[in-house]
Amino acid sequence: MHTFAPLSATLGGLIIGLATTILWVVNGRTAGISNIAGGAFPIRRGDELWRFFFLLGLPIGAWLGFVAAPGLLPEVPATLPTITLSPVWLIGTGVLVGVGTRVGRGCTSGHGICGLSRLSVRSFVAVGTFMVTAAITVFIVRHVVS
Amino acid sequence: MKRATVSLISAAVSGILFGAGLSVARMTDPQKIWNFLDVAAIPSGGWDPSLAFVMIGGIAVAFFGLRLDRWFRLGRPLAGPAFIKTSRTKVDLPLVAGAAVFGIGWGLSGFCPGPAIADLGLVPQDVYLFVIAMVAGSWVAGQILEWTERPRESTTTSAATSSAR
Repeated sequence: MHTFAPLSATLGGLIIGLATTILWVVNGRTAGISNIAGGAFPIRRGDELWRFFFLLGLPIGAWLGFVAAPGLLPEVPATLPTITLSPVWLIGTGVLVGVGTRVGRGCTSGHGICGLSRLSVRSFVAVGTFMVTAAITVFIVRHVVS
Repeated sequence: MKRATVSLISAAVSGILFGAGLSVARMTDPQKIWNFLDVAAIPSGGWDPSLAFVMIGGIAVAFFGLRLDRWFRLGRPLAGPAFIKTSRTKVDLPLVAGAAVFGIGWGLSGFCPGPAIADLGLVPQDVYLFVIAMVAGSWVAGQILEWTERPRESTTTSAATSSAR
């Protein structure tokens, strides 16, 4: 199914870049979500409270975007994402993502947006690696297994 | 207003914007992620390059945003103690192995950490298990990393030798 939506994708990206800029200039922190979430537990005293404020903002912002975007951009569907994964699948893949991003020290935001923006060699390697393994995984699931 | 208060408001605003950006770009939908990662669909014209546009848009702003501290010679952030970023520069095995494992989980689920947490605001009943498992996995991996990176002098000589590659 072809659902390429270049306008909303670019606009969404620009907003994410703005969010990243604010967190860096005001808080001095990198908007790497696996790091922010991974460092939130166990709860430590001091300046770690910002992590919860950032993480709480994500679902609120997603909801605001969901409500506002379809009216502004016709290419954005007004339907909720459909998730068809079983509980066991959700838990198994959640563990893979949690472990992988911790050991590899970053995800699509930390390495993908921030690291590439900083021209970090580590991030170029990380992004290249997870893009390739993810594409291979999807190829196997979509075209080999099924 | 106190700096601590400003930093929390700023973190919340940043999170809200980040979540809104993901939502506007529909990165909250695993189907979009799969349609991007499914490169076998390129020849048939069914490939969805949206995710690449999100990354390009994000980098186009962050490329400048993450350099503002240097350009404006800010000694410290507007409301934070210091600019904190990793000092790591070496490409090592954990980086590649971790990224590889993350990619497999991403491909199998269509979720990376940001969209999964953002989806708690849209379809919480469908993603909460993923988010809990992700945070738990990260915590356990963090404990193991901390343990393996601890200085070796406390362990016995034989154990230190055998585990030191």
